[in-house]
Amino acid sequence: MGVEEKLPSGLLLTSVEKAAGWARARSVWPATFGLACCAIELFQTGGPKHDLARFGMERASNTPRQADLMIVAGRVSQKMAPVLRQIYDQMSDPKWVISMGVCASSGGMFNNYAIVQGVDHIVPVDIYLPGCPPRPEMLLDSILKLHDKIMNSKLGKNRDREITELEEARLGLSPLGLAVPEGSEL
Amino acid sequence: MSAPQTPTAPAGADDDAAEGRVYTVSGEDWDEVVAAANEARDFEGGERLVINMGPQHPSTHGVLRLILTLEGETVVEVRASIGYLHTGIEKNMEFRTWTQGVTFCTRMDYLMPFFNEAAYCIAVERLLGIEDRIPERAQIIRVMLMEFNRVSSHLQGIGPMGMELGATTIFLQGLRMRERILDLYEMITGLRMNHAYIRPGGLAQDLPPGALEAIRTFMDGAPKLVHDLRTLIDANPVFIGRTKGVAYLDLASCMALGVTGPMLRATGLPWDLRKSQPYCGYETYDFDVPVTDTCDAYGRYILRMEEIEQSLKIVQQCVDRLAARGPSGPDDPVMIRDAKIGWPAQLSLGPDGLGPSPEHIAHIMGQSMEALIHHFKLITEGFRVPAGQVYAAVESARGELGAHVVSDGTTRPYRVHFRDPSFTNLQSIASLCEGGQVADVIPAIASIDPVMGGVDR
Amino acid sequence: MSGPAGPAGPEEVHGAQAAQGAVPAADEANASLPARAGEERLAEPVVRTGMFGVATTGDTSGYGRLRVHRPPPLESSRPYGSYFDTVADALGAALQAAGVGYSDAIERVVADRGELTFHVRRQLLPEVAAQFRDDPALRFELCTGVSGVHYLEDTDRELHAVYHLLSITHNRRVRLEVSTPDTDRHIPSLVGVYPTCNWHERETWDFFGIIFDGHPALTRIQMPDDWKGHPQRKDYPLGGIPVEYRGAKIPAPDERRHYA
Repeated sequence: MGVEEKLPSGLLLTSVEKAAGWARARSVWPATFGLACCAIELFQTGGPKHDLARFGMERASNTPRQADLMIVAGRVSQKMAPVLRQIYDQMSDPKWVISMGVCASSGGMFNNYAIVQGVDHIVPVDIYLPGCPPRPEMLLDSILKLHDKIMNSKLGKNRDREITELEEARLGLSPLGLAVPEGSEL
Repeated sequence: MSAPQTPTAPAGADDDAAEGRVYTVSGEDWDEVVAAANEARDFEGGERLVINMGPQHPSTHGVLRLILTLEGETVVEVRASIGYLHTGIEKNMEFRTWTQGVTFCTRMDYLMPFFNEAAYCIAVERLLGIEDRIPERAQIIRVMLMEFNRVSSHLQGIGPMGMELGATTIFLQGLRMRERILDLYEMITGLRMNHAYIRPGGLAQDLPPGALEAIRTFMDGAPKLVHDLRTLIDANPVFIGRTKGVAYLDLASCMALGVTGPMLRATGLPWDLRKSQPYCGYETYDFDVPVTDTCDAYGRYILRMEEIEQSLKIVQQCVDRLAARGPSGPDDPVMIRDAKIGWPAQLSLGPDGLGPSPEHIAHIMGQSMEALIHHFKLITEGFRVPAGQVYAAVESARGELGAHVVSDGTTRPYRVHFRDPSFTNLQSIASLCEGGQVADVIPAIASIDPVMGGVDR
Repeated sequence: MSGPAGPAGPEEVHGAQAAQGAVPAADEANASLPARAGEERLAEPVVRTGMFGVATTGDTSGYGRLRVHRPPPLESSRPYGSYFDTVADALGAALQAAGVGYSDAIERVVADRGELTFHVRRQLLPEVAAQFRDDPALRFELCTGVSGVHYLEDTDRELHAVYHLLSITHNRRVRLEVSTPDTDRHIPSLVGVYPTCNWHERETWDFFGIIFDGHPALTRIQMPDDWKGHPQRKDYPLGGIPVEYRGAKIPAPDERRHYA
């Protein structure tokens, strides 16, 4: 990406990280991938009562090229999955994904042939937001958590190191985070 | 992807079923399809462009894909590709009990969940033969919620219509009023959307205390909100310029294409199932069926605003009736008094959440063995519905929403099919748009007001 | 009335009429059913065996020995009631004027739960539909759609296509039902009579595999274009995955136990 990714790690990089994180979190433009019922709650979140404009997010960029955040709002069907991936690929870095609602997070109540059981099968997700549909306040909470994540994210060499550490920590976990003995069903 | 095939069977069939060119697509082959389409056409010196208004689009009211063939600014051909939100709801319902089916069908057309539930429940009640034994209180509340749903659905249709034409103020004003209605839903049913409140036999639970006052407060402020919205839009020259004369569909075309709802009433025919084939006691309410006769997008918009006003009139009558009845009690239930059908648990809010009320638990655990058995059987397996099939239709915000329910005598539906108004109305997109300007496609779709959840189910 | 709460005996699973109301006299309840002797019923194919999931030999409940035979197809006899007789008479007259035999076209008529169903033979479906649309006494202008039903155990009549017609002039509804065997799933298309059936027939092809002859573009509409199989058929699985909880795994909905 930019020159900030090439800085050597040290005090300069840490300061740049803080500044970049602060700036990126302040104006995240969502590429609203409004699919189903959750999209309606997304609209209501952009409405007058719960206002997305306070975060600078009311400008939903309809072109993924200018978007930072993809809020997958609603159930992703098998037919829609390639489209989802294509839109994600068209977004430029840095980009984040919130999977809004249970259908996007895990397939929701539709455990069948037609629905992808979780968009994390297709795109990497930063924040999972349960609910059917999640209230606007829940969506705002997830956006705030995402802002935290963005503000504290590292750049360049620090980021590579962080990714390696996280991967190694997670390789040893079972799906439920429990220490699972060998040969058990889970 | 394969090259365009000569007319043979569609994928999987063993017989000639298609006529004309069949293009098989398998993803990421758009360039090849467009190249083949361009080759196949007789261009006559014009310059034709095939444009994809893809499933992810701000103005297509959901995941609708339109493939437009343009010659300059004129739309020569429109093909709609749907199925991007297909959820398999109908098949899912075959593996759940009759009452659980409500939670599935409510998510179909997500802007009017009460209508989905009502169509399904009326069909199940007709199969059970208990249509005339549904408690009157339940019917009144059903009517009230359905009319509120009509209002909120129209607002969610008019709002994006304005936004897509470039006026975000209309969107925000519509959302503002809609937010108040969602608060009312939350107070009555517990959820802002996808309520699963209308159940076969009646309702899930009664109105909470304070609900009628909250509704009255809303009704006091509603006329002004509607008036504000109408002042903003009705005489707006830009809005009129973009919607008058656009997306014309006359009565004969509506009949041929099976179009119902506001699109049909905009042609001058006052067909409304609430008047001609009433259900839920609609014949006892005093309301008019708005009709315009311009057959265009502007006429449909005016019709929707007038329907909002008529719906508020019906809600006022419902509120008056409920107030006259007083609070619910053993003489005024909201669920049918049949131990073999009616949902057994009277729900109440306790310290650990919503659940059967302590009185009910004391009754089934201490007083009546039969009640315990009914409770157990109804909640684990559900009631049995005698074999047969029924088609029940309601006049939803978008048109005739029909539920074709087939039972084989067991505790689960054998087959449920919903005739969704958006699915049928969206078929008319070609008639509406072809021959017009590409910019007119947007108000055309907005005037159909499709909800892709209902189209794809 | 609602169905019985206890275990359904073989008699109660046959046909809706017998299950309604308090225990009626046998001849009253079966007056509208075609006369079927016990021996005929036993000769019908078995549709379901056992109940409440009992399958093993350790069953002492007796439900394992339950054998449910294919219920007889409902058929109503005249008078049908309400406006149904008018419609049937008008249809008879219209078909006669068009030179089509009534019993060639209509297999049987069912008037059940306030609704009228004509079971039409598939070859003559377009003619019958055209009469329904055009005849002034019938005038069913609006077809609200086609859908399919798959009766897996009904050999030679597995796939049904159900058309619902609405008459705005006379404020009536009627249903046309066409059945076709699984081995030869062709039904003539009604797009020429009711253009609204275009997308509905595509959907029915997509979900059930019924091929509508004469449809201008019979392709998949809901499923992706290269999908294999027809999802809403009874022999197509629901296709879910097992759900993991803490310490438990629950199978997909179509693989769980159920008590029917």
